[in-house]
Amino acid sequence: MTEMKYQTKPLDIWNEGKALRQQYYENYAKAHEKGGIRWAGGAWAYSAVPAGLGDDVWSLTGEPYGASVAFNKEFAARCQEAIEAKGFARDLCAYLRNYLGSVVLDEYVFGGKFPKPDFMWTTHICCSHAKWYQIASDLEGGVPYFCIDVSTGLIEDFNERRREYVVNQLLDGIDWLEQTTGRDYDDQKLIQAVYNECEATSLWAEICALNRTIPAPLDEKTMYSLYVFGTIIKHRPEIVDFYRKLRDEVQERVDNKIAAVGNEQRRVITDTQPPWGFLEIFRYLETFGVVSVGSLYTFSLIGAWEVKDDGTWGPRTTPQEQGIDITTRKQALEVLADWTHARPEWQHFYSAQKKSDMMLRIVREWKVDGVMLHYNRGCEGLSLNIAENRLAFKDAGIPVLPFEGNMGDEREFDLERTKKAVDSFLELLGVK
Amino acid sequence: MFDKFKEWYENRHDYAQAWKKQTGGKVLGYFCTYVPEELLIAADILPLRILGSHEAQDVTEPHIFGMFCPFCRDCLAQGLKGRFDYLNGIMISQSCLHIRQTYNSWVKHIPQEFSYYMYMPHGVQTPHAYPYLRGELEVFKKALEKWIGRSISDKDIDRGIEVMNKNRQLMKQVYEFRKQDNPPLTGLEAMYMVVSSQMVEKEEHNQALEAVLKELPNRKLDRNTGTRLMIIGSEDDDTEFVEMVESLDSTLVVDEHCTGTRYFWNEVEPQKDRLAAIAARYIDRPPCPSKDWPERKRFPHILQLAKDYNVEGALVIQQKFCDPHELDMPALRQMLEENGIPTYFLEFDVTVPIGQFKTRVEAFLETFALPDLF
Ligand code: SF4
Ligand code: SF4
Repeated sequence: MTEMKYQTKPLDIWNEGKALRQQYYENYAKAHEKGGIRWAGGAWAYSAVPAGLGDDVWSLTGEPYGASVAFNKEFAARCQEAIEAKGFARDLCAYLRNYLGSVVLDEYVFGGKFPKPDFMWTTHICCSHAKWYQIASDLEGGVPYFCIDVSTGLIEDFNERRREYVVNQLLDGIDWLEQTTGRDYDDQKLIQAVYNECEATSLWAEICALNRTIPAPLDEKTMYSLYVFGTIIKHRPEIVDFYRKLRDEVQERVDNKIAAVGNEQRRVITDTQPPWGFLEIFRYLETFGVVSVGSLYTFSLIGAWEVKDDGTWGPRTTPQEQGIDITTRKQALEVLADWTHARPEWQHFYSAQKKSDMMLRIVREWKVDGVMLHYNRGCEGLSLNIAENRLAFKDAGIPVLPFEGNMGDEREFDLERTKKAVDSFLELLGVK
Repeated sequence: MFDKFKEWYENRHDYAQAWKKQTGGKVLGYFCTYVPEELLIAADILPLRILGSHEAQDVTEPHIFGMFCPFCRDCLAQGLKGRFDYLNGIMISQSCLHIRQTYNSWVKHIPQEFSYYMYMPHGVQTPHAYPYLRGELEVFKKALEKWIGRSISDKDIDRGIEVMNKNRQLMKQVYEFRKQDNPPLTGLEAMYMVVSSQMVEKEEHNQALEAVLKELPNRKLDRNTGTRLMIIGSEDDDTEFVEMVESLDSTLVVDEHCTGTRYFWNEVEPQKDRLAAIAARYIDRPPCPSKDWPERKRFPHILQLAKDYNVEGALVIQQKFCDPHELDMPALRQMLEENGIPTYFLEFDVTVPIGQFKTRVEAFLETFALPDLF
């Protein structure tokens, strides 16, 4: 362990976050007991939209669920075997396999039977998205399913016509939600959910922006447990509230120079989801004073960003901050579509260059010394163009460590080999 | 009689270069059959589908992570090796994630006069996709006009539609012959016919098709039809594999590939708004699995083909790591088997182990002979 340079302490809000997460999975599982509704869909689903059905509507988002399964290696292995036995290929999205395997086994990773959703509601940008819930719907005996095509391209091309395509699908979706659930739709609840979602995702960006500070107040391993709220219930008031408190606490850490890693000497970023069962890699780095301060993934899977007047990235100005008064259903959906389609993690689906540019920006602005690229066999969506990103870092003269693994399938991660590769990277960074 | 198609397929580069020299026109390489060739023909451009060469290669590893399909890597290898250096431009119509990396790397590393990424929608089952794609076609048309330096008139588009539709009709007529008890053409010949249509000038291809259609009624093949098979799955122009299968007392009588029926099955139905008509054709075509949701509309179409062509068994193939097809595979096999069509699954790579596949296909074909024994 290298020398401690900074004061460090755990986050005060940690336990609150833990309780919130537990509450979320429980709310979903127990929704029916209280006459509520539950739906399943992707982390990138337009989750604010079903919120118009009432406050007792709970969702289970597939990717964080797949990651929770991955943490439980024994259960993950059983899920993977179960879905492979149904004829699904081993190289498919690991979250999808973990989720669907859990459905096949009829076991919820948090205990009990798998809680069947009342409907599926999702978006499609990765090849696996729509098909995931098509298959899930089949496996669950024909659960009603609605999916919105969001593959409308780069944000700079997102004009009125393209937005209309998305908004029209969402409007159809609301009619479908009413028919499917038999409930009346409340536009005021939708409008509130849109405000909430914009605020929560902007707050997350603000929190990540604070991590530019030396020493970094947060390390990426910790951030994984915090960004997750944006992937499960980004439109709910309790998340806005939680992120406000978190932002204040992180600001306090910045003001008082409280570090996530007391011996910080080098700062790195990663890319794509980590191999969840092997987060010890981060602890290994930390023993040499190397801290991962984030990634395009943790910052912008849900974080909402914009380029500020000084040319740097900062939290996106929310509609409420801009004084936009949302009054109608259509307007709410338009605001939400404009907000959603600017998500940085959607841009790389169209352009390798855009992703390289965004990552290079992070390297500059977060004062990063090196980049670890997880060639993630478990996720074709986020590993897209990763080899071109590596070339971009090489061209820019930035130390880069590509390592292969799988976010959710431990059979495809070789800890010892990765540690060896990390050792060479540490030498390159001059800390070993 | 099908030699011409084979020759075109094998000498695609020579053909395109000669065409360029002769016409002074532009050649545009494309990656996916959702590209609206009608507009390219209207612009007097030769659309040429970029396919792989089925040779082992080591040039794509720095550009595309090895977990993506071998087809997309093989295509990029062709570009990196300079085999398409004569192209004036490239384009992709949005399809799966894998192949768009080929486009991305190509744009970055192989300089082009023109490159275009068309936002073809995935939600082809929503009615909103029609006006949306119409709008995309309009944007694309403008980009083409800028590139070629002239406007594309309705008359030009009509010509594009007409020649494409004719090509589709003629290939469908040839496919009709495959319904016969003893088809006068093999699956290999049909494959050469369709893939070559993705490479040469359509008028010329149409002439060759017309000549074939004249002779087909009197053609008899000196071979046994054997077991009537269908082949379904990812991109496939693996002629060596098809030839091997058909050497085993079987015939591929129909397919569901983007190098086969998915490419040409439906036509543009003319309407006053030409772009709307073209949009409708691409929205309504037999879908790629990545666009086939929420319903699986591909399946009834496959089943209908199997019935119409009196199929006894199906080879379901996929390129290794091809997520779109992998995601459909279990339900597809189940659907076929429930309808009395046994299936056999094979995974393709850039090069396929023909010897090993032969043993496996033989074993599958033997199962069709069993009932006769008892
Ligand atoms: S492959 Fe990646 S982007 Fe696609 S669904 Fe799975 S986790 Fe999401
Ligand atoms: S559909 Fe399949 S074979 Fe075709 S490019 Fe995509 S992954 Fe490859």
